Amino acid sequence: MSVAALTEVEVDYPRGRALGPFSLAIGPGEIVALVGPSGCGKSTAMRLLAGLEAPTQGEVARTPGRGETAVVFQAPTLAPWLSARANAALPLELAGVGRAEAAARADRALARVGLAGVEAARPAQLSGGMAMRVSLARALVTEPKLLLLDEPFAALDEITRRALADDVLALWSAARPAIVFVTHNVEEAVYMASRVVVMTKGPGRTAGEVAVAGPLPRPGGFRTTETFRAQVEAVSGLLAKGMAQGDVAA
Amino acid sequence: MSRIVQTLAPFVLIALLLVGWEAACRAFAVPVYFLPPPSAVGAALASDWATLLRSAWNTLSMALIALLVASLAAQALALVVGLSPILERAVRPLAVVLQVTPVVAIAPLVLIWAGLDHAGRAIVGLAAVVAFFPIFSGAVTGLKAADPDLERLFDLYAATRIQRLTRLRLPSAVPYLLEGHKVAAGLAVIGAVVAEFVAGSGGAQGLAWRILEAGNRLQTARMFAALVVLGLMGAALHAALEAAEKAGLRWWRGR
Repeated sequence: MSVAALTEVEVDYPRGRALGPFSLAIGPGEIVALVGPSGCGKSTAMRLLAGLEAPTQGEVARTPGRGETAVVFQAPTLAPWLSARANAALPLELAGVGRAEAAARADRALARVGLAGVEAARPAQLSGGMAMRVSLARALVTEPKLLLLDEPFAALDEITRRALADDVLALWSAARPAIVFVTHNVEEAVYMASRVVVMTKGPGRTAGEVAVAGPLPRPGGFRTTETFRAQVEAVSGLLAKGMAQGDVAA
Repeated sequence: MSRIVQTLAPFVLIALLLVGWEAACRAFAVPVYFLPPPSAVGAALASDWATLLRSAWNTLSMALIALLVASLAAQALALVVGLSPILERAVRPLAVVLQVTPVVAIAPLVLIWAGLDHAGRAIVGLAAVVAFFPIFSGAVTGLKAADPDLERLFDLYAATRIQRLTRLRLPSAVPYLLEGHKVAAGLAVIGAVVAEFVAGSGGAQGLAWRILEAGNRLQTARMFAALVVLGLMGAALHAALEAAEKAGLRWWRGR
């Protein structure tokens, strides 16, 4: 039984086809990385999985109910007029949870992403990495069954993104939500995912999949292992093939 | 050092211009009714200051009342329009026509409606018309300016229309509203002065009336004195609004 599944979906926009035909099933507790060239429809696939958009063709099946799907966008996307606490509490308040309980749960979520002590700060007072952590806390506050990360670390420096990758894996190991994340970075995909799905040039289809071996969260030094290198090679190969396939289709 | 120079620069320029003006008036023996020297303007300021201050307050208070009226009306209409795209389409052309019609052109009409005995009402009305649009268009733009990803987040958590309005669109509009009010306040003073000119009687004794009155008697130095007060009042209002906008943004952003 999958948490969310796209079956032969196609998405057409007025300017042309954005995605598909494309299929993807996400199992419970799975971490899936979507990798593909720019404009291949990764973000469109994410919006379908989130239920924010309907496909032109094909089927979307989702088991999580209201509030059980969370999305983290490329930018932190925080409300500048709200404190970190109020930003993290927003999903709960929209669901009608009382103010005091929402604040307490937001504080716990902030503590889990390492932001205890900055609950009252406004987004403008936080660094890019801290703002992204608030965004992550906001996503985790409802204890989602499906967590969608759309290039969440793209705007961050390498050290911050590595730290955040480990943090996301540590958070995952506590509650084991299904995670789907989009990235341009092959090493990040292999490091964080239990399965990497490579898409062709747009409109995206599946170019191939790599099931990533090794324990999650990753042990120290995983990036230097032979397994890691081999799997990065495999994904890179699929990516090159996907680019070529896109050319043929176009 | 450079900071002091930067602060002093405008004052030095003004002093130089005044000295040049005074010297030219004396050297060319310019008639006082044509161009009075700064010393004569200063003398007029000194003798008339009580009347001028009263008139300035008169104009300013009219403009501020107009700003309040315009602010309430513009935000209420923007809210209604923001809830219905069809209504916005319906209102826009009318709003544009009203906006591009010069206030001088509609002033006589408003004066008739307000009644010649109630020039004050006409002045407030006209200043409010001019002040209305910056606030209205700022509010309409602001209500649509929310971060699209935040809008998606509200979709994701199935927010109600009221939640979306109060927790996303209204707070997102705050910077646009601050900017709109800043522009509107300046325009309200212009609107009030123009309306006073058109009203043209002693019914409302604002600064424009002082200028008209002195002009009719060829007391040019007193005209200049009223203009100086008007300019100072405008500059003070501008500075106050800049500060208010900055403080508002600091409160909104938390820094």
